[in-house]
Amino acid sequence: MITVKNLHKKFGQLHILKGIDLEIAKGEVVVVIGPSGSGKSTFLRCLNLLEEPTEGEITFEGESITGKRHNINKTREKMGMVFQQFNLFPHKNVIDNITMAPIRVKKIEKNKAEALAMDLLRTVGLEDKRDAYPSQLSGGQKQRIAIARALAMEPHVMLFDEPTSALDPEMVGEVLDVMKNLADKGMTMVIVTHEMGFAREVGDRILFMDQGIIMEQGTPQEVFGSPKNQRTKDFLSKVL
Amino acid sequence: MELFTMFWEYRSYFLTGLQYTLLLAALGVLCGFILGLLVTLLRMAPWRIVRFIGHAWVEFLRGTPMLVQLLIIHYGFSTAFNINFSPIESGAITLSINSSAYLAEIFRAGIQGVDRGQGEAARSLGMNRWMSLRFIIIPQAIKSVLPAIGNEFITIIKESSIVSFIGITELMFQSGAVVTITYDGMTPYLIVAVMYFILTFTLSRILGLFERKLKASDHR
Repeated sequence: MITVKNLHKKFGQLHILKGIDLEIAKGEVVVVIGPSGSGKSTFLRCLNLLEEPTEGEITFEGESITGKRHNINKTREKMGMVFQQFNLFPHKNVIDNITMAPIRVKKIEKNKAEALAMDLLRTVGLEDKRDAYPSQLSGGQKQRIAIARALAMEPHVMLFDEPTSALDPEMVGEVLDVMKNLADKGMTMVIVTHEMGFAREVGDRILFMDQGIIMEQGTPQEVFGSPKNQRTKDFLSKVL
Repeated sequence: MELFTMFWEYRSYFLTGLQYTLLLAALGVLCGFILGLLVTLLRMAPWRIVRFIGHAWVEFLRGTPMLVQLLIIHYGFSTAFNINFSPIESGAITLSINSSAYLAEIFRAGIQGVDRGQGEAARSLGMNRWMSLRFIIIPQAIKSVLPAIGNEFITIIKESSIVSFIGITELMFQSGAVVTITYDGMTPYLIVAVMYFILTFTLSRILGLFERKLKASDHR
């Protein structure tokens, strides 16, 4: 579904990604772990071109999205993204946050978009918050709304950029539950996270990134159970 | 002569002046606002030459006296290009373009003040640059710079007095006329000072109310 070939990203002199090659299959849940500064988030943000790759090619559903002529807006409709800082629109209430993109971008009728939004609010367990403003929600609630907002575009893949890192500990669980349900329904997901327990439980494949490359990858059993790379071992011994 | 007596006696002068001042200020605020938004968009365009035009517009209009701009538009254009504006047109154009430069700077500050994540979230949902600006960035930016916009509106009301130079019978011009008639060099000016103050104070009150209303969505 997504193919990444020789992906490089430089910020000025700083070489963040140094050649990433990867294939992600439909329905697969790929979890990216690694120390901070290893390029995990940059890698994820390259997948929907929030960061423009310096070099390399990314293909999504058989179409190269890194070419100059490609219309990235169309592709982004099919790639949902969830941010560490939620990024809900503070001047809009919950229902408008969710329906805005379907109405404006996909030109869906308002009442249809709202019906879909209410379905999504029920799946994330927040149907009573439809008229609330983001400032009235807790962090965990905000992130669940942000997930619903991304899902409202009916994406084919969901990208999660450290979705629980800005949350108070007692709110991490409610967000992870929503993500787990999503994975169980067969959504293709790429998740950058520091939640190792979650990675082990939900991930089909674990990528360990360090110094801008994928150091090691495999099933959760392989990577967590018997890591081969020394850097992976060091990292896991610190976080587990 | 006493303030109220004089005001009453020459009320037709002052009220005509008030009419023109209000008309010019309203045109200046409205056109300046729209033009200012346009200039801001120019300054954020993806093409360098377009950004340059926006930048030059702001720098030139901020860096030269409004009186000079007024005289160029009213007399200069007529002499050099045979473009003749009526005094009201010249006044309205000058006030609009002049305030557009200041408002463009205010809008730009507001837009830069909106968290980067807002634009990223909008773009990640498939919105193009323009949609993200229109629906997500600009509404938040305007809200945060509302006090500064209010200041600019008040400035426009006061600065509109400059157009008396080209013979528009607005407040400033009319006070001069009354001075000439009455030989009183103080009272007519005091009267228009009070009138300007009532205008600006009312406006700042209205903007204050508006601001509070917008803030309602921010906090519980």
